[in-house]
Amino acid sequence: MSLLNYESQIREPLVDGNKNYHQVTEDIIRPIEMKPTRLWYIGFYISVALLLFGVYSIYREVTYGIGQWNLNKTIGWGWDITNFVWWVGIGHAGTLISAILLLFRQGWRTGVNRAAEAMTIFAVMCAGQFPIWHMGRVWLAFFIMPYPNTRGPVWVNFNSPLLWDVFAISTYFTVSLLFWYSGLLPDLATVRDRAKTKLRKLLYGVASFGWTGSTKHWQRHESLSLVLAGLATPLVLSVHTIVSFDFATSVIPGWHTTIFPPYFVAGAIFSGFAMVQTLMIVLRKVFDLQEYITLGHIEAMNKVIVLTGSIVGIAYITELFIAWYGQNPYEWYAFKENRANLFSPYGWSYYLMMFCNVVSPQMFWFKKLRRNIGFTFFMSIIVNIGMWYERFVIIVTSTYRDYLPSSWSTYYSPSIYEIGFYLGTFGLFFTCFFLFAKYFPVIAVAEIKSVLKTTGENYKMKMTDIEKSDADKFYVEEVEHAH
Amino acid sequence: MAGGIKKFVVGCFDDEAVLFPAVKNVRRAGYKIHDVYTPFPVHGLDHALGLRETSLHTAGFIYGITGTATALTCISWIFTKDWPLNIGGKPHFALPAWIPITFELTVLFAAVGMVLTFCYLCQLSPFVKKHHFHLRATDDLFVMVIECTDKTNEVEVQDFLNKAGATEINVQNAETGWWLGRYDREQKLYSELEKGY
Repeated sequence: MSLLNYESQIREPLVDGNKNYHQVTEDIIRPIEMKPTRLWYIGFYISVALLLFGVYSIYREVTYGIGQWNLNKTIGWGWDITNFVWWVGIGHAGTLISAILLLFRQGWRTGVNRAAEAMTIFAVMCAGQFPIWHMGRVWLAFFIMPYPNTRGPVWVNFNSPLLWDVFAISTYFTVSLLFWYSGLLPDLATVRDRAKTKLRKLLYGVASFGWTGSTKHWQRHESLSLVLAGLATPLVLSVHTIVSFDFATSVIPGWHTTIFPPYFVAGAIFSGFAMVQTLMIVLRKVFDLQEYITLGHIEAMNKVIVLTGSIVGIAYITELFIAWYGQNPYEWYAFKENRANLFSPYGWSYYLMMFCNVVSPQMFWFKKLRRNIGFTFFMSIIVNIGMWYERFVIIVTSTYRDYLPSSWSTYYSPSIYEIGFYLGTFGLFFTCFFLFAKYFPVIAVAEIKSVLKTTGENYKMKMTDIEKSDADKFYVEEVEHAH
Repeated sequence: MAGGIKKFVVGCFDDEAVLFPAVKNVRRAGYKIHDVYTPFPVHGLDHALGLRETSLHTAGFIYGITGTATALTCISWIFTKDWPLNIGGKPHFALPAWIPITFELTVLFAAVGMVLTFCYLCQLSPFVKKHHFHLRATDDLFVMVIECTDKTNEVEVQDFLNKAGATEINVQNAETGWWLGRYDREQKLYSELEKGY
């Protein structure tokens, strides 16, 4: 046993303070059992207000048509698809944290995985809105589903990346939801068994599916989590790959490149982690969870940000180089004139993107800055602005000047309802997140408990004794004994 | 479904390091452990209890290949037999273009199938209720439940658990299976005669 519980003291504790199992339950579940703070209400009402404005914007768009947006002849995709890709990208961090880091056995995921998975689900919900309402005649949305119909039957085009998207996003949403909720069951049972009021007993009783904590159930639960993680890992990579196919399989200059899948996936992880940082920094403060989401967690995520930010930077430069090296005049024009030329109509957005995504994350090479909460929060916002502009640059600068100079567009700027729709998805996202933070355990209680004795601060201190003792004796007594 | 009322001796442990040797000793002494309820997955406890490995992952694999087969057969039938669509003179049987959807359906079938199987095997569903031997089993206690037979001497088992390091010991008559119920209502423990089902 003590062999399993040993972890070098060089590794930073993941749970600070003097904790035992009960204390962990108390700390994480207490916010659910208390009345929300005034700050919660303010945030929640702002989110609902934004959501309502979004609903009104969609109402205008459905009633009067896509003309409510300032799209034009060549810019058929504007803010709408930019926002779609942006939200999908954000939706990648949760599954990455919960699945890929589970396979890589990264202990620090336990502190942030639950909230990050919730973020993923809400982000994908927001992302899904854009292609749906972009259809214009949204009441025909069911046409995207392949089913035997009386219209021929006319089937959907299985060779089209847009249909792949339908499958990818809906599968991703379903699998993320299942993964998240199956992980939540034991924690909801913990809330249920602590509940004092009748209503809470009823609701958490229903939500926890009658979980008891039986050993056999835990064994199956572990197996389920592991296989779902194994499935979600290629899934998360495939989803943004397929989103990038929407662009890469076209013949539009600037889109028609093979680098898109890895470049999009790295960008997705980059922006997703930035959003996780934004939320976690607020969450740990508001719910007083600094001992569970420690500086170590924030630093670990900043390391992922600097890595993926650099990959994105290399992708930008490679893309630019290949555009020149490839000797395709249209491709090179798109990069040279539409993007890299600062004085072209959208040149500013290209440099803004470069600055936010490539230059600014390099600050995280400094340990001091990686562990600075205020700076990290600021950077997380910068990165998300940068990543939004990345999609804007890709979409708008490639479409506003097409092959025929006579149909080059005038300047595209969004209408109020286009912006309103985007703000509305912020409303949806934060409404969901506020409700989640109030009614669900924001940290995986059971998972924290399972790593507590290896990585809890008070247990770590005791490891000095193990380290001091004779290694050979330790081996004979513990390791050989265990076998 | 409800499985009938049985008598159990319940021992609560507050440390998994005490629980492990206790499980070994209880089993060696020949008592039948009904189950051990823990607040988090304790690694190796399933082996200590002599439970066999779960085959859930095998089920997942079968669901996955069902998804693969569904996608490939449906798409190839649609695009080569039912409605062969001419897309720029390209082959009707365009396997590379179908790989994304095939992959997604494989994952979808495997994930949904596995979760449903998991819920079925563990009898998990909204409004399902089971007997909880100790409310803190989902908080900080490791609850070992020993089933009593006609021959079992309860006092002896309780002494045994006490020596093994249990902090709280009691005897409970409990329903072994699940039933439909709500957690906000007190559960009724039926006697053998009144059993309504």
